[in-house]
Amino acid sequence: MQEVFEEISPADFFYRNRDIAGFSNPARAVYSAIRELVENSLDACGLVGILPDIYVRLSLAEARSDERADVYTLRVEDNGSGVPPRHIPSAFGQVLYGSKYKLRQTRGTFGLGGTMALLYGQITTHEPVKVISSIGGEYAHEYTLMIDIQKNKPIVLNHKVIKNDGWRGTVIEFKLEGDYSKAMPKILEYFKQTALVNPYANLTFVDPRGRLYIFLRAANKMPSPPKETKPHPKGVDVEALRRIIRITNCKDMVSFMTKHFHRVGKITAEKFLKYAKVPIDKNPKELTPEEIVKLVRAMKDFDGFLPPDASCLSPLGEELLKTGVLKELKPEFVAVCQRKPSAYSGHPFIVEVAIAYGGDIPRKGEIVLYRFANKIPLLYDEASDVSWKVIKSINWRNYKVTPDMPIAIITHICSTKVPYKTVGKEFIADRPEIRRELLNGIREVARKLKMYLSKHEKIKREKLRLSIFSKYLPKIAEFSTKLAGEKEPPNVNKLLSKAIKLLSIEEVKES
Amino acid sequence: MSSRKEEVLERMVEFGRRIYEQLKNEEFPWVEMPARSTSNILYDPILRQYVLGDKKVRRTAKNIRHLKPLTQLIWVAYFAYELVSKWKTSTLRDVYYSIQAYEMTFKDQQESNDLIVDLETVLGFPREDFNIFPEERSAVYGDLTVEYTVPGYEGRRLNLTSHPDGVMIGPALTNAKFVKTTADKVIAIEKGGLFTRFIEERVHERFNAILIHTAGQAPRATRRFIRRLNEELGLPVYILTDGDPWGMHIAMVIISGSAEAAHIRGLTTPDAKWIGVWATDIVDYKLPSDPLTEIDIKRLHELERDPRYKDKLWQREIKTFLKIKKKSELEAFSRYGLTYIVDEYLPTKLKEVD
Repeated sequence: MQEVFEEISPADFFYRNRDIAGFSNPARAVYSAIRELVENSLDACGLVGILPDIYVRLSLAEARSDERADVYTLRVEDNGSGVPPRHIPSAFGQVLYGSKYKLRQTRGTFGLGGTMALLYGQITTHEPVKVISSIGGEYAHEYTLMIDIQKNKPIVLNHKVIKNDGWRGTVIEFKLEGDYSKAMPKILEYFKQTALVNPYANLTFVDPRGRLYIFLRAANKMPSPPKETKPHPKGVDVEALRRIIRITNCKDMVSFMTKHFHRVGKITAEKFLKYAKVPIDKNPKELTPEEIVKLVRAMKDFDGFLPPDASCLSPLGEELLKTGVLKELKPEFVAVCQRKPSAYSGHPFIVEVAIAYGGDIPRKGEIVLYRFANKIPLLYDEASDVSWKVIKSINWRNYKVTPDMPIAIITHICSTKVPYKTVGKEFIADRPEIRRELLNGIREVARKLKMYLSKHEKIKREKLRLSIFSKYLPKIAEFSTKLAGEKEPPNVNKLLSKAIKLLSIEEVKES
Repeated sequence: MSSRKEEVLERMVEFGRRIYEQLKNEEFPWVEMPARSTSNILYDPILRQYVLGDKKVRRTAKNIRHLKPLTQLIWVAYFAYELVSKWKTSTLRDVYYSIQAYEMTFKDQQESNDLIVDLETVLGFPREDFNIFPEERSAVYGDLTVEYTVPGYEGRRLNLTSHPDGVMIGPALTNAKFVKTTADKVIAIEKGGLFTRFIEERVHERFNAILIHTAGQAPRATRRFIRRLNEELGLPVYILTDGDPWGMHIAMVIISGSAEAAHIRGLTTPDAKWIGVWATDIVDYKLPSDPLTEIDIKRLHELERDPRYKDKLWQREIKTFLKIKKKSELEAFSRYGLTYIVDEYLPTKLKEVD
């Protein structure tokens, strides 16, 4: 019997493997769908530097009494860049189509999350997707689409041009199977944390029970958008190199290296090619597969490359991070720290850390950790994350921190390539470079917390001492007056102010 | 009696006025009192009791750690003033609870008791004079007529043979006047059983004695009562205890007082005599006995070095105890019949010490 080989389309592949993309069950699916679309919307705003206004509405479309999950309508509106009309069908009806398959710090890793949500909706409800988008100007375009899963092609059911008065953005509405009551805690937590790490965004969520959740922006400034960058030689694999060779029009290796790679100039290119034993005038298209493999290995081993430049990254910045933490966690104290850029395996990254104490921070018996990567919250698999390992490795007693204290730590890693350990984008691998930056960052904010706690303790002690004086001196006056048979107890206010002076003298002595 | 009461009240008012004036002068209030630390407790051979030396401690409101105890001290003084002036009494336990109304709770009963000792030190009077009594009570029986001074009983008289179980030495009796007596001696007994036997055997008549049951270590009210019998009526005092270091010390505290009460005068009866059970009695009367324990022996060595025990009789008995390594209770005499102790032992011993 002859084995039958068939090519499957990316859409078909993801349909068959929807578990790995976060659509394993109705509860997880409704959470993932919201998340993917909100992240796309945030990216769409960030790229054009517009303060995001994102509206999400999840409503019950069909309550099913049998064992199947209920059907919901999910509508997501944003004021982002919008999609050029001719790209709309492919952007929403074709897996792996989009602007993200380049090197740039973005929330999603590929252009597949959003489409995956639509695909999941179509699979579970057989209903089309409605997309309205405009890049501004006089017209907006409304498409009704389905995805041809086998061919990975959009099927346009309807296309309308609508009169528009300058609005820019995208609206997506589609149906999907879901389980909101199970997903609710995670969804609300997702919004809260997204609001924390995007403090310049307005987020609105209307849930199926008609409840309105609004997260208002607390800042009118946005971090400068991430810039596209060329790959660093140390971060390139064989497949990536092969693709670059396929599209290049360079005729020799020196210009190939300088044109397609990050921080490679003529001199570095020549030095490297000598090290890799590749003739400088060789045509890259003539490299054999064996030579490509050798070249990649040489790129990893050669230590003459300049480290990647992090200026393409878009960290939140200390000020915005602080604003976000204050806004969503409402602590009594917060300290933030942005580490200097660093790199792992040719990928630049920046670590940002905050520590929050007191106020509305819950006492959980251990430190509460909020993890973020490229401005998205990571809500699953906390214990496996490098941040958690770093926190566990610190001796917190050195910072006057005990487990019963209300303390939260916020970590944010931004990079052109966040080293997620799984496709699910839920936790970050333990890279020594990242671990080191996290550790130093957390130590720095912990030191600031320690200073605050010491000062706080001192003030508390002073208050306590003063309260002792104001408690007992009047009593002494009262009883001695009664004993002496006098009527009016002596005024002790002067003594109280003397007591305050005494305290401050003692403080001076102590310091 | 009432003059002593007035004196106590006067001292309290004086104490209050001192604090009041300090406050008026915008001075952090303070008190000074003799230190009660071990190094400041000295034996006065003339007074034949422990006294406090010259070392003073100062409690001042300037020091945050002194604030609460100082306030409590002034409160206790006021509390005691109210008790004495209104003829009310109270127990140590009452004091512990009463302060809770003023939001300055004592940590425990001991802290409350220590504060009363502070007040005794400041005023120089025992707590019984401010009508604060411990829980334990002892009893007296014998031909002594007293006249009560407490409200509701003023002028009422009572002969202390009126009750066959004896009369409790409580606040009313402590403050009563002595009217008359036919007794010519006082016999204090450690054990309740023997006290009852003595009454049954009419020891008070046969020996012309006032009998006192100390109920173990004599409470301070009882020690003062014994001293008054000795001082005011001129009666010699004899003490009977178990024949062991602890019994000896019950007698010694009646005679020379305790280190804990070094700040108070008027609790001791230096001329009182311990008449038994001696170590030599255990030998002479061949009394049934128990071996001394290690703790007993350790205690004997302590007593041996104690200045109150420097007299020949005490030293001899301590050495005998250590030699025979035995102890006997008062009840041991029952071996020779229940009345042997009254018929034979007591008359012999009374003769022996005089």
